[in-house]
Amino acid sequence: MITRCIIRKNAYYDSVFLMRVAKRISGQKGILEAAALMGTEKNKELLSDIGMAGPEISSVRPNDLIIAIRAEDEEPLSAVFENIDHWLNESQGQAGTIPCRTLEEALTHLPHSNLAVISVPGQYASREARKALEHGLNVFLFSDNVSVEDELSLKGFAREKGLIVMGPDCGTAIINGIGVGFSNAVRRGPIGVIGSSGTGIQEFTTLVHHFGSGISHAIGTGSRDLSDAIGGITFLSSIEVLDSDRETRVIALLSKPPGPLALQNLIHRIIQCRKPIVTCFLGPKQDPDDANLRYRKARTLDDAASLAVQIATNNPSPRLEDRSFKFQELINRERIHKSPEQKYIRGIFAGGTFCYQAQQILQDAGIMVHSNLPLEGNSKLRSPLLSVEHTLIDMGSDEFTSGRPHPMIDAGLRYERILAEAKDPQVSILLLDFILGLNASPDPAGELLPAIAEARGQTRKQGGSLSVIASVCGTENDPQNIQRQVKALEEAGVVVFSSSAKAARFCGFLVTGCPEESSVR
Amino acid sequence: MSDKLKDLLQNGPIAINIGIFDFAETLKIQGVEVIHLNWSPPAGGDPELIELLDQLL
Repeated sequence: MITRCIIRKNAYYDSVFLMRVAKRISGQKGILEAAALMGTEKNKELLSDIGMAGPEISSVRPNDLIIAIRAEDEEPLSAVFENIDHWLNESQGQAGTIPCRTLEEALTHLPHSNLAVISVPGQYASREARKALEHGLNVFLFSDNVSVEDELSLKGFAREKGLIVMGPDCGTAIINGIGVGFSNAVRRGPIGVIGSSGTGIQEFTTLVHHFGSGISHAIGTGSRDLSDAIGGITFLSSIEVLDSDRETRVIALLSKPPGPLALQNLIHRIIQCRKPIVTCFLGPKQDPDDANLRYRKARTLDDAASLAVQIATNNPSPRLEDRSFKFQELINRERIHKSPEQKYIRGIFAGGTFCYQAQQILQDAGIMVHSNLPLEGNSKLRSPLLSVEHTLIDMGSDEFTSGRPHPMIDAGLRYERILAEAKDPQVSILLLDFILGLNASPDPAGELLPAIAEARGQTRKQGGSLSVIASVCGTENDPQNIQRQVKALEEAGVVVFSSSAKAARFCGFLVTGCPEESSVR
Repeated sequence: MSDKLKDLLQNGPIAINIGIFDFAETLKIQGVEVIHLNWSPPAGGDPELIELLDQLL
């Protein structure tokens, strides 16, 4: 086995493109492992951790590209060396775009721009966002690792200028029917949504679509906006925007529970709002609603979408067009062939909000879980790499994605984790989410089906039977097509629900006993 | 609310993309006018030089 590095000085490539290059190299015959990263200190540490280090790597700079390859012998390496420049040049397909190196230059070509979409590494993101705001652009800030101080400063500056900062760590927006970042192809309609998480917005907007209604605008705020440190600046600006928007008839607010000060700001703004508001603050159970409340509270994303559609369309009970499950039969089917020791759920999530919501649903059912990002009342895992009893893992959190692609783009990490879980003879249920839409993996189900089949085989060998329960977030108009994804999963024996909340609830029933059918539908 | 924010909501995005190229591609596929910046870390990514650069400009 040999390890080699290719260094390209002053050659910057984005992380998604480099993930594809690394995957392409890894797929060549005789290649054991490959990484393609820019030469930041953090990336150099990551390479060192996997045994790829040396003087040539230690001297590179953040503008330099490192491709580190481990191969069986020299022959496959030579093949990679021959092709690498071609693969890199295929890159960022600049066809049809005007080559610009600075924002100022770009603005001379597109002076009527109204949005900067920023996804540079975190340490440079605030600088680029501030420049964009100075030039009068609104900002969609996908980058993470931006400090709270910088976020507050950027959002304060934006507010002064009458602009908006969506983010940092903003995954999703839909503006006037146009998806930005990770978003789904949903119908236009009367419901506006403001949300602190990308996957929360994706689930809400696709559910509204499946309920037969549509979205006016979906505005992402970044996960910390409703903390007391930020005070909900983007939430408040967005409510103002949607309140005066002609298309929007109902406004939904999605977040974890706001900080007490941020909540005060929010309620103050809600009282002034002329349109009905639905909130979904995922988290532990709270006190019953105050009768004088000026907004309608929903406990799950499903309830929020349903409530918003009811209000917007005067339809008293919108329903998802689920195929009809014979519930008791389904539970019986999933429970047979279990070994006596099989009792635990393992949720392996790509979407952080799905992991959080599933914890809430299971906690409400009396099932406490371990997690790398635990809901209040649940336990934090000692190591995110090792599951214990009932465990729900957010595989998109920093400890997994540092230097590696997010599981919505590449299923590699979830693939390995599914196989690892199946080796534990106490595991009975695997709970998964599949997220479709722009910029997501072209085939999320297809990427994991081999792992699911292998995991089931492993459990059978151990004398048991593995239940695989899933939800697919997407629409028939997404590039991956939800029907095709669901069919592929069902043909592999996966039980697929039309929402993440339903899938989590079903897992709870498998553990605790049979439900009333109506409580799942 | 600025004209740029009203314009964004009423007419949809006209965008400058800085970072992941795919984000520009997916906007373009949806018919959005977009320019993708050929971005790289300023001053070779050296934080001290970046600070100096910012003070000078």
